[in-house]
Order: sequence, then structure tokens, then C-alpha cells
Amino acid sequence: MTDSDKILIYGYGNPGRQDDGLGAAFIQKVDDFIIQNTLHHIVTDCNYQLNIEDADTVSKATAVVFVDASQEENIEHFSLSEVDASDARVEFSMHAVSPSFVIDLCRKIYGVTPIAWLIHIKGYEWDFKEEMSEKAKENLEMAFDFFKPFLLTKQPLTLINALTTEN
Amino acid sequence: MSKKITIEPVTRVEGHGKVTILMDEQGNIQQSRLHIVEFRGFERFVQGRPYWEAPVLVQRLCGICPVSHHLAAAKALDVIVGAGTGEGLTRTGEKMRRLMHYGQFFQSHALHFFHLSAPDFLFGVDGDPAIRNIIGIALTNPALAVQGVMMRKFGQEIIRATAGKKIHGTGAIPGGINKSLSIEERDEFLKGADPLNADKMVSWAEEALDFFKKYYFANKDFIDNFAFFPSNHLSIVRKDGALDLYNGVLRAVDADGKKILNDVDCQEYANYIEEEVRSWSYMKFPYLKEYGKEKGWYRVGPLARLNTIDFIPTPLAQAEFEKYKALTNGKPNNHCLHMHYARLIETLHAAEMIRELLNDPEIMGDDLVTKGQKIKEGVGVIEAPRGTLFHHYRINDNDQIEMANLIVSTTNNNEPMNRSVNFVAKKIMTGKEIITEPMMNAVEVAIRAYDPCLSCATHALGKMPLEITLLDHNEQVIDRKRSH
Repeated sequence: MTDSDKILIYGYGNPGRQDDGLGAAFIQKVDDFIIQNTLHHIVTDCNYQLNIEDADTVSKATAVVFVDASQEENIEHFSLSEVDASDARVEFSMHAVSPSFVIDLCRKIYGVTPIAWLIHIKGYEWDFKEEMSEKAKENLEMAFDFFKPFLLTKQPLTLINALTTEN
Repeated sequence: MSKKITIEPVTRVEGHGKVTILMDEQGNIQQSRLHIVEFRGFERFVQGRPYWEAPVLVQRLCGICPVSHHLAAAKALDVIVGAGTGEGLTRTGEKMRRLMHYGQFFQSHALHFFHLSAPDFLFGVDGDPAIRNIIGIALTNPALAVQGVMMRKFGQEIIRATAGKKIHGTGAIPGGINKSLSIEERDEFLKGADPLNADKMVSWAEEALDFFKKYYFANKDFIDNFAFFPSNHLSIVRKDGALDLYNGVLRAVDADGKKILNDVDCQEYANYIEEEVRSWSYMKFPYLKEYGKEKGWYRVGPLARLNTIDFIPTPLAQAEFEKYKALTNGKPNNHCLHMHYARLIETLHAAEMIRELLNDPEIMGDDLVTKGQKIKEGVGVIEAPRGTLFHHYRINDNDQIEMANLIVSTTNNNEPMNRSVNFVAKKIMTGKEIITEPMMNAVEVAIRAYDPCLSCATHALGKMPLEITLLDHNEQVIDRKRSH
């Protein structure tokens, strides 16, 4: 990794739907951490959902970490997994697309394939409120504590590979 | 034996929905219904909240078209704070809102064309579903895919600059806006490196329209006859009859072009429009009161707008509008798939409007808010990308919202979407025993033409796979197909 390499942390979800805002809340924590620690190699982005234009956004990064809320039963607090572009498929909800879809589209259009991971943070409540559930907040803290070394290290790709294996 | 086919839910359509197609014993289609299966009653959630929060609160409704809700709510609150009904804002206030709105239109229409509808045209309705998407376009026509991606991105950046941020934008406030465009922001959009500048977007919008027209003239029979049926059409229009997506009066025409709602004040919408509840769907069925449930239903959206207006106030889109109108000899266009044609003319218009607004110095002005005498009730009506969107609020003495009524675009299109499904089902499923993927997609093509956002209509959250169930007259399952 060189000094010019950028790592993009991209959170998505609707903060107006309680725990669906976990991705945005994670990005807020990352933004604060970047300022506190004067980090230049990390950039962030955030939106309601991923969409096709994000293929352009991720094409400018060496590595991407997507952050999303999850309803998955088999996730206890959070999970970290590598995004496989070959998993891209047409999904039901086509006003939004998945991380693998974004990476695959980036590969097909721009000929580059940033290494990508997905942090899924377990959520529980999805109503029309800003406030996240207490359990979701705890999961957010756990996920961020787990992820902090990644933000600080000079060798983030090596570290995140290690974290993925560990997780 | 009669059969019932259920498609649940619909792919490439946002939210939860399913389609049920009922056959009689001879295999004829008896009835088709698009069911909406989830409802969360958003109007309840805003009751008791301070009115000035509404433009931000309503963005909880939907992450697909939050700008439309943001602006419709702000327009209703303009009335409440005494800033008038769309014409009372400062010039900078109105122009900034328009720029935000046209940015939303541009990116939304681009997404629909490149991501949702173009794959059907490039690969065929019965094409391989594995490549019938924008990734398939990227493989076969990468330049077209890049256009789709960058047109979306340009529109999103306009929204970010005018609304303040991508999520929960705060640009529109009761009586105006909270920021104008800086010179740097304006110059970036006007003179930015290719392709992210206004001139390129106008040129790409023309190319997208040319792409569709080539397909149309090569496949005229299919496009003209797919889900063709007469209907009424409703939208707002500018007082002089021009296309105006942000502000105007309510106009409806019948299938022959006769005005059946003659440029009425949007504040009076409730005197003219009523909503019917049907037991099998949570989505209501709006209709024009004067014509009743059977004859008063209407379409909204691009097709309807180009049927109600007299002209388009930008030159390139107007030239295309004239060619488009000539196809139906100046009469209303009732061809369902011409919705795509109309949508691309509007995309070109939005690009022209963005360029025009960026070249207007008032977009950088500092007179942002209008104040006036507060009243208790206001209606905001806007043309969202998918069609006419109504927001109606009443407040109490404590400035809290005590009543909210929203009629979203997809709800306005409920009846025509059902009729489109029925039309297609009769054509392709009559007498069939097996549900094939092309059959499923053909039904979805009919729905998708309206670009429905069921997330808006039902306030649903989440995803479901596609399922089709074939039932006999006793509603016993004969066949079931499921896909993602």
C-alpha cells in the first residue's frame, strides 16, 4: 500500500428507521476518529442505499469497507466478510443494489476491482424513529472497537485480512 | 378447473407486493390484482411533531425518493407559514428548490432507464435473466453503462449540493431554503471535467432518448401493443399549460384529451380527489370524485404529464415532445410502454433545466426565506418522478401536526398498474399451465413501466424473493415458482 492509496468506508441505510441507521452511525464514528487521529488514508461516504453510481465511487479506492445493518438471525453482534464480486445477482429490490453488485459493476465498467469487505451490524428495531435500540447501540460499539486497529494501522489490508480470518 | 397465479413479490420494484392472476375453468384470465401486503401508517407518526420538522421527518418514508417528499412537505408548510402556494418564495429560494428537484428527476429517471428498463430492451423481455440487468449492459455496451452510472452520480451531486447532504437533507425549510449555491459549486457543475458537467448531461440525455427511439421504431408493434388501454391522466401543469414538475395547478384529461379537471388550485385537491379502500390491498385507489370509482381513476407519471401539458418550456425537450405527440396525432398517448419514451423526454428536460438554473445568478443569491401570516392548514403538491405527490398537513395552536394526509405517486397509479397486469396476463397466460420466467418478467415489465416505489406506498422495509403460485379454483397450489 502506498501513501496515495485510499480506503473507503461506506455506510448505508436510513437513520430515520431506527437500527437501519447503523451504517450511518458507524460512519459518524469513523469521521470523528479520522479527525481525532489525523488520518489521511481513510475516506468515508454514506447514503440511504447503494446504487449504480457507487461503482464510480469505489473505483477510486484501493479497498472498500461497506457497513450495513443486518436482520440476519445468525449474526450475534456483527460480522465481517469479504465481498465477492462474483456473487453479484439481480435482486428483488432493484432501486438499490448490493456491495457485490457495486464491485462487479465497477469491475465490468472500469476494469478495476477494489478489495472489499462488508461489516454487518445486527439490528432489531425498524420503525419510524431516529433512535436506535439499545442492543443495536451496543453492537455498534463492539463493531467499532473491533475495527479501530484497522483505521490506525499502516498496513490496513494485511490487518483486515487477519480480522476476517479471525472473525 | 379455474386457477390462480400469484407472483410474489415483484422483482425490480421497491417494497413488498405480489400479483395474483385468477383463471376460470377454461383457462381464461378472470381477474388480476397487484396486492400490497404491508402498511405502516406513516401519517400517524408525524402527528404531534412540530410542523417545521416535517420536511426532514418525511424522508423516513423512503430512501428511494426522499427529495420528492422533502419538497412536497416543504411546499405544504410554505402555505402554513404564509409564504404562499409556490409563488411566494424568494427567487433564490424557488430556484434552489427547483434545482434540487430537477437533480432528483434526472438521477431517478436515469436509474429507471439504464438499470430497470433498458435491460429489457437490449436483451428482450424473454432474455436471459442472468444478464438482463446493468451488469449485462456493462458487458455488451460499456459506454451505455458508464452513461447510466455517471448520470446518476451527477444528479446525486446536485442533490447533495442543494439539500446539504445525501441523507436527511435539510435544504428546504418552511418558507424557503437554508442555503444557496456557492460560485465554486455552480462552476463545478457547469464547467467540471467531463463527464460530470451540465453540457455533457444534456448530450447524454439526448443519446439515451435516441437509443430508445431506435429500439422503438424497430419494435413498434411490441411497444405500441404491450398493455395498451385508455385512461384518464392527471398532473400539475404550469398555469400557461407548460410542463412544470415543481409547481402548478391540477389538470386531468380523459383518454381523448378532454379536460375533466380544469386547472384547479392544488389547495382544493380534496374537493376533487377521493381514495377508495379495497379489502385485498393496503394501497388505496384514488379517483376523481365527479366521475366516480369506475370512470374517475387516472394515471400519473411521465405518460400522464405529457398528456396533460400543452408544451415543454425547454427547446430540446419541446422538439422531442412534438415528435412524440405526432405519434398519436396530438391525442393523449395511452400506450403503457410509451412511458419510457415520455420519461426520457423528461430526463432531457430536467438536464436542460439544471443547465438553465446553474446559469442563473439568482441561484447564488442570499435572500433565502419568505415570512408571512401563519395559518393552520396547507397542501403541497409536486410532480415526483413517478407522478403526482400530495402532502397535506393541519397544525394545532401548539404548532404540532394534528393531521397529515399523503397520496404518493405509486398510490395514484394503483388502478392503472392493476389494469396493466390484467392486460398482459390475458395476453400471455391464457390457457397456460406452466409459469415461465419470461411470463413472470412480462408481468413485471408492465408494472415496472410505472416505476412504482412500493416502499413509498406502503412504507415497507426489507426485501423478499420473487414467488409465483398457481392455484386452482379451490385455491389449491398447482405450481409455484420462486426467484430472487
